[in-house]
Amino acid sequence: MNDRLRRYRNLTMMGIFTIATLIALVPLFGVLGYVVKNGFSALNFEFFINLPKAMGLSGGGMANAIVGTLIMVAIATLIGIPIGILTAIYLTEYDRTSWFSIGVRFATDVLTGIPSIIVGIVIYTAVVLKMGHFSALAGGLSLAIIMIPLIIRSTEEMLKLVSHSIREAGYALGISKRVIILRIILPTAAKGIITGAMLAVARVSGETAPLLFTALGNQYWAHSLNEPIAALPVQIYQYATSPYKEWHQQAWAGSLVLILMVIVLNLIARLAFRSRSN
Amino acid sequence: MRQSLNEGQLMLTNLLKDMGKEVERILKGCMQVLITLDRTQAEYWIAEDQLVNNFERQVDDACVRLIATQQPVAKDLRKIISAMKISTDLERMADLAIGIAKVGRRIEGPLCKPLIDIPLMAEKALDMMRQGLEAYSNEDMELAHNLAVQDDAVDHMYNQVVRDLLVIMTQTPEYLDQGMYLTFVGRYLERFADHATNIGENVIYIATAERQDLNK
Amino acid sequence: MGQSLIVRHLEAWYGSNKTLKGINMQIAPNQVTAIIGPSGCGKSTFVRCINRMHETLPGTKVKGEIILDGESIYDQDPVALRKTVGMVFQKANPFPSMSIYENVVAGLRLNGMKSKQKLQASAEKSLRMAALWDEVKDRLNYSGMSLSGGQQQRLCIARALAVEPSVLLMDEPASALDPIATTHIEELIRQLKENYTILIVTHNMQQAARIADSTAFFLSGELVEHGPTSEIFTNPNDKRTEDYITGRFG
Repeated sequence: MNDRLRRYRNLTMMGIFTIATLIALVPLFGVLGYVVKNGFSALNFEFFINLPKAMGLSGGGMANAIVGTLIMVAIATLIGIPIGILTAIYLTEYDRTSWFSIGVRFATDVLTGIPSIIVGIVIYTAVVLKMGHFSALAGGLSLAIIMIPLIIRSTEEMLKLVSHSIREAGYALGISKRVIILRIILPTAAKGIITGAMLAVARVSGETAPLLFTALGNQYWAHSLNEPIAALPVQIYQYATSPYKEWHQQAWAGSLVLILMVIVLNLIARLAFRSRSN
Repeated sequence: MRQSLNEGQLMLTNLLKDMGKEVERILKGCMQVLITLDRTQAEYWIAEDQLVNNFERQVDDACVRLIATQQPVAKDLRKIISAMKISTDLERMADLAIGIAKVGRRIEGPLCKPLIDIPLMAEKALDMMRQGLEAYSNEDMELAHNLAVQDDAVDHMYNQVVRDLLVIMTQTPEYLDQGMYLTFVGRYLERFADHATNIGENVIYIATAERQDLNK
Repeated sequence: MGQSLIVRHLEAWYGSNKTLKGINMQIAPNQVTAIIGPSGCGKSTFVRCINRMHETLPGTKVKGEIILDGESIYDQDPVALRKTVGMVFQKANPFPSMSIYENVVAGLRLNGMKSKQKLQASAEKSLRMAALWDEVKDRLNYSGMSLSGGQQQRLCIARALAVEPSVLLMDEPASALDPIATTHIEELIRQLKENYTILIVTHNMQQAARIADSTAFFLSGELVEHGPTSEIFTNPNDKRTEDYITGRFG
């Protein structure tokens, strides 16, 4: 009797969980499918090598926006990864318990939760207004600021996963702390740290709001890091809000490219994690 | 594997062998006393008993140490427990040998007859002791079983000695004293061989964990 | 060669908790000294003081003197000291990012030894001493984590030996191993004492009895008794030692 009841309950609960999981998958595949369906037709080789055409004209591409996004993500990565990883090392290896490190951790958490548009406004005020113009540097900087807390937290978690006994083994061999961190702990946590960094890169490569205030966008090639530069998300935003049907098409294609970039980064991160684990 | 335990057991075996050599030396000395009837010599051998007692204590201490520190089980444990028993047997054998020296101290004047069977018994009993210890160190079951056969032979020799002495004592009453003492010697040697047989029983116990009575 | 240790009035704290209450002890060179005692008696803290690992934890404090081969260890640089006083831990802890070979020579390589020949020679020597060479010589490039628990522990012993210490501290080195692997480690310890002074912490009294030349019994941060192992286990001087080793404690 009880046994049947238990089995019945078990089945019911399993059914509920399965349905919830399926529902969770709907938006993911919905978005992906919609973007692929609309974007694929407008996507061609031209899209990757041509500049945008004037309004209302069909054809043209988003080469400048793709390159712009890559440049700004690169700037953000160059700034964000070293600062993020070094901060995480400080927090785990040198100072786990002081008020200062608790403060840093709290600030990091707050920063993770801050809407990215606010980062954009701050950089706009602090950098763009001071320099007098929008620029790739300002865009990269704002992306870096979004990236840093992500990297700090993921790296910190990964370093914490390295067992204390590994550190003790290093000490017991008469190895200095600096060498233990660089040659033992970092390599041990490397896969996780790289994965975290890749995910952070993927995350910022789709940011739009801060770039509106910092990189602005550009219909042409930017010739230096000091001038406004195009970026895929910004371009998509501008095209999608325009009244032209051709531009809508381009926006879908841009979205598809952006999603592909994020997926590729995610895949690399996951493959890196798996291939080094055996 | 278990190097400490192996070394301990080897040391134990060597200790028992050395103890056996000591017992052999004493029995041979005491048998000599029985021939020469030299009192100072008798006193010398009686004092030598102390050496065997020391050996027994050494064997016991080594066994206690091995059990306490090496936690032997199964055959290892039986071998160590048996070593303690064998050392007790050897100590009793030395006591019996000393008994012969004491007889030699007590007998007055020349012997009623040249000793023939008694030295043969001593030789046989010693041989059995050597074989027993050999069987212990090699865990030789066949040798151990064989001790039972030899023990029967020694028993037989003992009966022969008693009969011969009885004849002498009934024919010549002045030898009554001497004859009785010599009967004791025969008895001591018969017991000596029994203890040697006990060693064999221990060897069988080590190998099979079964107790067999070879003294039938 | 092993070196002797003299411990004088050693006190140690974890925060406000005093875990060692004035230990005086002499440790003979080239011998195995076992430290036994119930959990929390301070035996691990004691060995961790000898290579100054205790101080690496936050909130700890040490007082007293430890003299290694005539020189106070508190006058030495702790990092340098740990090359003389090696340590093996309860749980095998090979470096996960390194191969078997890299693990063995980690102490040398990460301290600046570059010569490949010297490193290889040292790796083979240490692995042989740890009785692991024959089992791993064909797969030195495999990850250290690919070995079994007992092999990993011997790898850690080899890694400690490669630095050529004179004292080897072992903190319950076999407590996570099965009986056969434990016997392997115990045999190894017996052989190693020819060249090293060995201190082994163990909560397994029988193990102490089997392998140690001398045994020290710790209780609530105090050294109750220290003497030849055969005496401690057959005729201890102190009632508390007897109660502990006979399992009649408390």
